[in-house]
Amino acid sequence: MKGALLGPQQLKQSLGAAVRALGREGPIALVTAGWQEREDQDEELPAQFGRNLVNLRLYERAERVFAEDPEFAKAHRTRQDQLRQIQEFYKLRLERTFDAAIDIDRKAAGSDFHADELRLSFEQVRRLDQEHLERVTALREAYELQTKPLERPSIARHRRELEKILKAVGLIAIAGGHVAGLLNRLRMFGVKEMLSDHYLIAWSGGAMVTAERVVLFHESPPEGVGISEVLEQGLGLHHGVLPLPNPKLRLKLDDPFRVGWLSRRYLPEKCVALDQGDFVLFDGDTWFGADGTTLLKPDGSTSTEWTS
Amino acid sequence: MSELAIDKLKAHPDGAALDAFMHAHAFPLVEGNKVTFVFRGAVEAVHLKSWVYGLPNSQPLHHLPNTDLWYLTLDIPRKSRVEYKFEIVRHGQGQWIEDPLNKFRATDPFGANSVVHGEGYTVPEWTRQDPDARPGVLEPWIVKSKAFNDVRHFNVYLPARFRKTRRYPLIFCHDGPDYVRFANFKTVLDNLIHRLEIPDVIVALSGSPNRIGEYADDERHARFVTEEAVPDLEARLPLIGAPRGRCLMGASFGGVASLSTAVRYPGFYGRLLLQSGSFAFSDIGHQNKRGPAFEPVVRFMNRFRENPAMVAEKAFISCGMHESLIYENRSLVPMLQATEMDLKYVEARDGHNWENWRDRLREGLAWLFPGPLRMVYE
Repeated sequence: MKGALLGPQQLKQSLGAAVRALGREGPIALVTAGWQEREDQDEELPAQFGRNLVNLRLYERAERVFAEDPEFAKAHRTRQDQLRQIQEFYKLRLERTFDAAIDIDRKAAGSDFHADELRLSFEQVRRLDQEHLERVTALREAYELQTKPLERPSIARHRRELEKILKAVGLIAIAGGHVAGLLNRLRMFGVKEMLSDHYLIAWSGGAMVTAERVVLFHESPPEGVGISEVLEQGLGLHHGVLPLPNPKLRLKLDDPFRVGWLSRRYLPEKCVALDQGDFVLFDGDTWFGADGTTLLKPDGSTSTEWTS
Repeated sequence: MSELAIDKLKAHPDGAALDAFMHAHAFPLVEGNKVTFVFRGAVEAVHLKSWVYGLPNSQPLHHLPNTDLWYLTLDIPRKSRVEYKFEIVRHGQGQWIEDPLNKFRATDPFGANSVVHGEGYTVPEWTRQDPDARPGVLEPWIVKSKAFNDVRHFNVYLPARFRKTRRYPLIFCHDGPDYVRFANFKTVLDNLIHRLEIPDVIVALSGSPNRIGEYADDERHARFVTEEAVPDLEARLPLIGAPRGRCLMGASFGGVASLSTAVRYPGFYGRLLLQSGSFAFSDIGHQNKRGPAFEPVVRFMNRFRENPAMVAEKAFISCGMHESLIYENRSLVPMLQATEMDLKYVEARDGHNWENWRDRLREGLAWLFPGPLRMVYE
């Protein structure tokens, strides 16, 4: 797939520049399901893209599905509760492990064991991430087996409509917002399976859910804990990059320890910070034309010269 | 530190210097850790009345000879907030007044106090109305109570984007009307929800016609909240209806009511927010120095201290360093930690007042109910 990943668009808009750089003409299918009940408030986007847009209204469609199909709605809700609980327990494990890693790093500093201790701590965190990802994936697969969402009449009808829209466009644009909700709606209607040679434009949370893994992050939230966490597998529409939008608000790029950890933790994906208006293009596994984006490097430094 | 402004004035206390001093400064005059309180007037004496634990409740201001100026300089640590009044004495009669030179006031159910902000303290911006934040609504609610054999009226806060198809956590707030009036609770909820720092929540803003009695470990109160009010709310509103979605909160005696209700119904509530709880106890006997209203509290706390249990999964406790209850609150922390309750404890350089409780709401609520900030990337 070809496409562009962008940072947030509130303060600096670059959707028009990105779509021009991709060079594909014609109308664009739009997904704003991450905005939830504000999904239809997309009036400003046609001007930013300079094109006609067709909003797929996945959030609204999902609400209609839940209303029409109570059995599915119940199963969906049960799964969400399970996911929330699993995420909470994983986060708890992660926080304790990360705190221990910081303590051990400080205490072992200067000793012969320092490098070894760091490696062990790091491996523990990676193992937690991996196990969590496997658990969540297994839960999703079991849920899909049980509910068969794509075969349900309530969803199949919407899929036929969506398929028609997608066949008439060559580009799909996915806005950010609530990433779990967005990913969930994209999966519920099997949007990935309906794409053929479409180009992708995804910004902020949209860039996150289309990656191989979705990683939640905020290094200084009000509750004081600031360690990133794996949410689940993404759609995998692009490979090799873990998008981290809005770094000024959410990351501490001047802290080499945190930058290095974040970068090494999610290897082999490259952690790439996308600030307001930044974007990078991709064609399959090749990344190019990065405009302002920042690569977080394993040694704790950052670089704007990173594309392949 | 350089010489204080009041010391310069004392060195040359003529009329012109006094006028210049008054013109040049806002009062109380904050200079680093030193705060100079000033009063002007033809009186016989002036006393600073404050409620800072560790300082005398009443301290005389000094008279600057040949002027009508009275002053007192105190050490007030950085980021402190101190509420106070002046007692002025005329014709041998004392009268308590707010500081006429200070525009900052804090209100509470008993009236208002003047407030001095130590260096580094600012009123948090999230306590002020944000025009971008969509306001939630307050809906009147009525619950018939068998426990009290009467009818209870209170308001319920519904978030701006309330939808019947969603499910929300419930916070049962003791002294709810006072939280709204004196701690800007509705504005705080609107703002924290808007900033995604807490999720959309529903808050029952309950009051009591007899809080000193009902909030002091009264079995009827616990029964009213747990067997009447919460089930009624859960039946009529889209609430999570599980411990992780039920929180009890309160300040002072409201803190006691929250803890004692959770103790009477262990595991029913998953979250507690306890601010400056009046957790009086005694180590020998049940005597207490705080008066008869505290007797049931002391009995309750003594029982709980003998057999502490993890009654809720998570608790946020805050207390002001300048209030006498700091000892009781600090004592509670290790005891609850030992029960393996997930606990966050925060102290502030403030007193037993509504603005202290207001200023801690963001940290407490966001810790008990982390918002979708980590989930939303726009």
